[in-house]
Amino acid sequence: MNEPFGRASYAYAVARSFDPAQLAGVRGVDGAEVRLVRYRDLVAVVSPVPLTEFDEAALRTKLEWLPWLEATARAHHAVVDAVATSSVTLPLRLATVYRGDERVTEVLRQGYRRFRAALDRLAGRVELGVKVYTDPQAMAPAAGPSASSPGRDYLRRRRAQHRAHDDAWQRAAASAERVDATLAGLAVDSRRRPPQRQQLSGVRGENVLNAAYLVDAGRTDEFAAVARCLDAEAPGTRIELTGPWAPYSFAPPDDEEPA
Amino acid sequence: MTEPTGLLARRNGQSSSANLADVLERVLDKGVVIAGDIKINLLDVELLTIKLRLLVASVHTAKELGIDWWEQDATLSTRARRDGLADENRRLRERLGELEGMRAGQR
Repeated sequence: MNEPFGRASYAYAVARSFDPAQLAGVRGVDGAEVRLVRYRDLVAVVSPVPLTEFDEAALRTKLEWLPWLEATARAHHAVVDAVATSSVTLPLRLATVYRGDERVTEVLRQGYRRFRAALDRLAGRVELGVKVYTDPQAMAPAAGPSASSPGRDYLRRRRAQHRAHDDAWQRAAASAERVDATLAGLAVDSRRRPPQRQQLSGVRGENVLNAAYLVDAGRTDEFAAVARCLDAEAPGTRIELTGPWAPYSFAPPDDEEPA
Repeated sequence: MTEPTGLLARRNGQSSSANLADVLERVLDKGVVIAGDIKINLLDVELLTIKLRLLVASVHTAKELGIDWWEQDATLSTRARRDGLADENRRLRERLGELEGMRAGQR
């Protein structure tokens, strides 16, 4: 059935079929209640959105408005996260919108084999995020003896700062390679993405590794313990572990044609 | 090492505390791409991030080159920019708090 009154269906995730009671109380974008659209043994998790607010022009404007982008991204993620506690989950890209549940069913039908294959690969696995940062403390240069002139003093201080910064960065970069190689050995798959800018993440220290690992659910404790050891072994750097996440980073590539 | 509370034990309740940058890079840049009925190019959105990054990168590069006199001078622009960002951050957090309050109230 197409949505009446200019409403559209916002799709969050494709998953193996599960009991919708497990999503009771879960709200999506704009606080709307989520529901399941079924096709064979698959479901798509959707919620109604006003078409006028999700047409191309409206979306283009709103996606550039950070408060809206944040609220929508968090709502999207909250639903994906809730689905992932209930079933094997393929998260969809933000703002995947259809003109009604009938269209969603059609998409499930067309992509059935691709979705099934991807879900089979992700079953029993979670995504863990690992970031390696330089330690800002290690980047502060030691105070040297004062030189004869303020200008020379200044230049000396600058050089010392640069050396301290370079050293800290190189230590962290070497540590990042070791961390990635070790953790990738415990994972089924791994992805590296561009380091996050401090100004976006608000985290202290410079991000030198930003990676995601697909890990068997039974090995996550081991993974975390090894990450902790690596953290302790590498002074001057800091390792941050996040997750478990729904497997956002291990979705099938765009170029795979639906069968 | 920093970990969210209850890491690997329970997933519930994690989503609200996840770092915004971690969430954005996943929902905008990862996840399955299937064509929606509404054609929207999220690459356009990444432009926003890239714009931010360029702004930030230029400040960063300047610092690496030792051009940081403005950091010592309280009357100059970066502080104003930083304060502006801090203000915007605070407003965002307040708004988000309201939204989450509303959502909790609806349950």
